[in-house]
Amino acid sequence: MPTIVVDVMPKAELLDPQGKAVAGALARTGRTGFSSVRIGKRFELTVDGPVDDALKASVQEIAEEILSNGVIEDVVGIHYEVTNAELAAEASDAASVTEDGFGAPAGETH
Amino acid sequence: MRIGVITFPGSLDDRDAQRAVRIAGGEPVALWHGSHDLEGVDALILPGGFSYGDYLRCGAIASLSPIMTEVVAAANAGMPVLGICNGFQMLTEAGLLEGGLIRNDHGGFICRDQVLRIENASTDWTGEFSAGEEITIPLKNGEGGFIASDETLDRLEGEGRVVFRYVGVNPNGSLRDIAGISNERGNVVGLMPHPEHAVEPGFGPDTAAAMRSGVDGLGFFTSVIRRALVEA
Repeated sequence: MPTIVVDVMPKAELLDPQGKAVAGALARTGRTGFSSVRIGKRFELTVDGPVDDALKASVQEIAEEILSNGVIEDVVGIHYEVTNAELAAEASDAASVTEDGFGAPAGETH
Repeated sequence: MRIGVITFPGSLDDRDAQRAVRIAGGEPVALWHGSHDLEGVDALILPGGFSYGDYLRCGAIASLSPIMTEVVAAANAGMPVLGICNGFQMLTEAGLLEGGLIRNDHGGFICRDQVLRIENASTDWTGEFSAGEEITIPLKNGEGGFIASDETLDRLEGEGRVVFRYVGVNPNGSLRDIAGISNERGNVVGLMPHPEHAVEPGFGPDTAAAMRSGVDGLGFFTSVIRRALVEA
């Protein structure tokens, strides 16, 4: 079953108070060298059927209209990934033909 | 005048809004988010609270409620709609008001009696005030920072659609101290502070005259009722 991952971030020009608080905690605990931290959201949408162009168009619309608010956020990535179980299956298939055990690339990205 | 107050899962101030309508002389009508029926009301209030636990974004899931189809249609047809706090967030998420609300710049939740300046006294919800008048009503939110693009802010200012501005202190990092705005027509108004908590002596903000005697929020509700009487 394919999983679709949508990444959303607060707009770059906006203050991200959550990220700022984390950056402050890093500095307080002596973890220096990080000039900023920003916090976004990752959505995982699992589908039962095939990932075709119609579904991709639907995901694009959902990402822009519901999962994000264009006034305050940007959709920074939509990734079509396969599940861990499928990855494992692919890896074991690949292991039979390659020495290093790494199989096909993990899903399609755009 | 019958004024509907919509209850969403996680609304907190729906009963307070109903009470404010009653004290102002109107008839409150409890409406439910899952319905498609506005029950013939003459105006609508989207109350404060934490609908759907603020999941996704404040007001985002509530803005997709069944009743919002009718709310959007009624608002576009001219029905007075007031969004308070979480209700304001819903109105921006529903596209009825411009801009958005983000986490307070200081990262904390804030609860205080807040001074506001009425910048536009000609909306459906501010007719009983005068432009430049200062009022004090409670403010309580974690994500009340109003933001919009410079272009949008300039347009809102130019069209007189900045209805309320914070005075004295900007409590949440809102751009240009904006506490509330309206749509072009002036029938849809949203603000982060809570007028419904300042409508009855003994239960409002402190004033110089007496503790908890502030009733500056009453004018919101009497404004919309007065307007309906004038138009009738």
